[in-house]
Amino acid sequence: MSQSIPPIPPEDVRSATEAEDAKLASAQRSYSQGQLVRRRFFAHKPAVVSMAALIFIILLSITSIGFSGQGTGWWSKSFLATGLTVDGGVPTMFRDGFLGEHPFGQDSIGRDYFAMVMRGTQQSLLVALGVALSSTVLGVLVGALAGYFRGWIEAVLMRITDVVIVVPLLALAAVFGAYAQGLPGGTLTLALFIGLATWTGTARLVRAEILSLREKEYVSAAIAMGAHPARIILKHMLPNSIGVIVVNATFAIAAAILLETTLSYLGFGVQAPETSLGALIQNNQNAFTTRPWLFWFPGLFIIAIALSVNFIGDGLRDAIDPRQKRTGSARPGWRTAFGLLGQATAEERSGKQVTELSGGPTQMQPPAGMTDHGPDLGYDPTDEKRDS
Amino acid sequence: MYSYVLKRLLSAVAVLFGASLLVFVLVINSGDPLQELRESNAENVEFLIQQRIAFMNLDEPWYSRYWIWLSGIAGCAVGACEFGTNMSGQDVGAMVANSASSTLRLVFLATILSIIIGILTGIITAIRQYSSLDYAVSFFVFLFFSLPVFWAAVLAKDWMGITYNNWLREPNFTWTQITVVAVVLAIMVPLIIGGSARRRLLTGAVMFGFVLVAMPLLDSLNYAREPRLGPAVITLLGVGLAFGLTALLSGLRNRRVLYSALTVVGLGLVSYYATFWLLIDPPGGWLTIAGLFVVTIAVAVLVGRAMGGHAKGQAVAVSVITAALFAVMVLLDHFMRAWPGFLGIKPRPIATIGSSSPNFSGDFWQVALDQGTQLVLPTTILMLVSVATYTRYTRSSMLEAVNQDYIRTARAKGVNERTVVFKHAFRNSMIPLTTIVAFDFAGLIGGAVVVEQVFGWSGMGDMFVTGLSSSDPAPVMAFTLITGAAAVLFNLIADLMYAVLDPRIRV
Repeated sequence: MSQSIPPIPPEDVRSATEAEDAKLASAQRSYSQGQLVRRRFFAHKPAVVSMAALIFIILLSITSIGFSGQGTGWWSKSFLATGLTVDGGVPTMFRDGFLGEHPFGQDSIGRDYFAMVMRGTQQSLLVALGVALSSTVLGVLVGALAGYFRGWIEAVLMRITDVVIVVPLLALAAVFGAYAQGLPGGTLTLALFIGLATWTGTARLVRAEILSLREKEYVSAAIAMGAHPARIILKHMLPNSIGVIVVNATFAIAAAILLETTLSYLGFGVQAPETSLGALIQNNQNAFTTRPWLFWFPGLFIIAIALSVNFIGDGLRDAIDPRQKRTGSARPGWRTAFGLLGQATAEERSGKQVTELSGGPTQMQPPAGMTDHGPDLGYDPTDEKRDS
Repeated sequence: MYSYVLKRLLSAVAVLFGASLLVFVLVINSGDPLQELRESNAENVEFLIQQRIAFMNLDEPWYSRYWIWLSGIAGCAVGACEFGTNMSGQDVGAMVANSASSTLRLVFLATILSIIIGILTGIITAIRQYSSLDYAVSFFVFLFFSLPVFWAAVLAKDWMGITYNNWLREPNFTWTQITVVAVVLAIMVPLIIGGSARRRLLTGAVMFGFVLVAMPLLDSLNYAREPRLGPAVITLLGVGLAFGLTALLSGLRNRRVLYSALTVVGLGLVSYYATFWLLIDPPGGWLTIAGLFVVTIAVAVLVGRAMGGHAKGQAVAVSVITAALFAVMVLLDHFMRAWPGFLGIKPRPIATIGSSSPNFSGDFWQVALDQGTQLVLPTTILMLVSVATYTRYTRSSMLEAVNQDYIRTARAKGVNERTVVFKHAFRNSMIPLTTIVAFDFAGLIGGAVVVEQVFGWSGMGDMFVTGLSSSDPAPVMAFTLITGAAAVLFNLIADLMYAVLDPRIRV
């Protein structure tokens, strides 16, 4: 073989290697896993906008009235202090300067509604984060143990999961909420208890993930080398399923916001004198025709928070979920979307890439837009296991 | 198969037992049921306390209370359910019997409507993936997922209920309203129908003109107060349905299918006149109507089988759907006939409170209209999340199916687009959805708790909330048991359906 090839003159070798180097340099940069995730996430425009909105809401609620809610931030009014109702409590925002005396108006006993909404936002966010944290920790624990050990441990854990699943989520959460009312610790206790009702989706998801990771070679290798199960789970399996867990936790936050506000609305959530966005709506729903702002502001804050968390979760799933398949063809540009460029339909049907229409590279970065799966609110019915 | 079902049922009983124990312990520890009596100044407070202790067995330890409840429930096995008594001594079994019907009406209607709307929207958005319609629907799906139900309900009460009732007093469209509707439809319809830019512009223009003619016409007929279809319009729509469904499901070239559908429409017109006087005041109410519906479907099946020839299956499918929709139109006609009289009894039809108007009396159609108008707002609100779920899952499931190899094979061998979408892609994408229906039903019962609270229904959800807030276990347990049993049952049915639909899965 080698004899048949004539020796290459040294100057040609140099030029050949230079050409190779140049080719390498001109090729696309390689990125680390983290960089890839970040790039993909920041290419998802709704997610980025939502993140900005969420950060704004969090900063606004914390800095305005402070952690205590007693006017320790830049907004000097307390959410508890009653006062004289000025002008029927109409919001002064944009009417009386930029904010005015009571930007969101006042309620029937003269409390400053801006301070109340900010306090409600704080409490709702606190509960949502607490619920997401406790349900994720519990779900990961149960799912990982069941998936790794199988056998009777799995049978017992999954039956417990079934017991929790069989009661409608809202009903179970209400029962836990009512139970938590009698306990000390206020909002945080409530959050941890609601988490006890919502962990099942995560547990099933993590179990399915661990079951598939169990068959991987590196896990077999770790077992063969005598690694402790705790080490295998913590060092090998969970880091490899972290994407699914993080995405799921994000959607759990969005679901928890709605769950908390609903519970507070029904009277099993945050208790007076503490307030939350749901409790504010519950207290003021009858004022809708007379003082609509009492009803609008907390509702809009709930929607803004839940919507932005959902979009962030969507972006995260696009970015880090390795199971996420991008079905269909590449996303077309806006002109195709509005039907001004007709060919796209035909090409989409044939499954061809429509890169020339999308006006940009679609190879590396996924374009902005929605993914093909909606938020599954912490439970994916399609990964139901049929093993019983 | 039977052993599988038996195994599932046994494990379901065990799971329900665990769930009931969990809920029972939490509820009895969530507060003091005697609290309000201890603070009361009534003269016979001692007696009331003793009475409540007796009703709730408060003098027993918790496991004994649970045992008493459980042995009452165990009676269900021999057909004598005993749900216990609530804190004021009412029999919970009777409470369930009263409240279950309104809740089930609400949940069933919401389930069926959201399946239909959600799946249709999902298919359309999947076919028009990444179109502006797709983006808009996706945004609304996210919005519905993020919408607090109770908040939306208050808005709906005001905007849909009160505004509509006010409008109905003097039902006239202003030109602004007509133009807005026309513009919206002129934009929406071309997006759904699709095609080249020229075709879209044409459809939009036609749609715009149609609305500009149709809405003033309806206005001048006083349609909002005196709506009617009449045999002519029903027949016209029926023929349109026959052609449309044939075109959609088997292609107009398949004459046998078309003729069988048209025969069904003809028979439908005959039966419209035949049943007219019977249906004016149906003896037996809904049972008669259900019976007639079954007969209709049976006749449609017969017609399809007799006339279908080599395309029997398709002919039966098209005939049955045509017949069902035709029957719905006939029913609608009778409802419309009763509408003016109904407005005379109940001038503000869309109610915001309660599951039926108090002291309402009228003939069969008017009572049904009363229940229906009471259902409009709660059902709409309850559907929002479900429709979003179904839309999303149908869309992703369709997209998944469209990328499969068998779709490529079907296209490669020259199957036309209609068959590819409806036969190969749609049918296969429906399989995973069976699981979601089961899951969603349980979710809807949970959602009913909130909706009943907002709309002041005295249903199961209200029973649950009242019981829980006074730490009264019996009503809460009845709710838990019934919803839990429904969830288990629907999951089992879904799994069996799954095995029927997907032969790869064995049970």
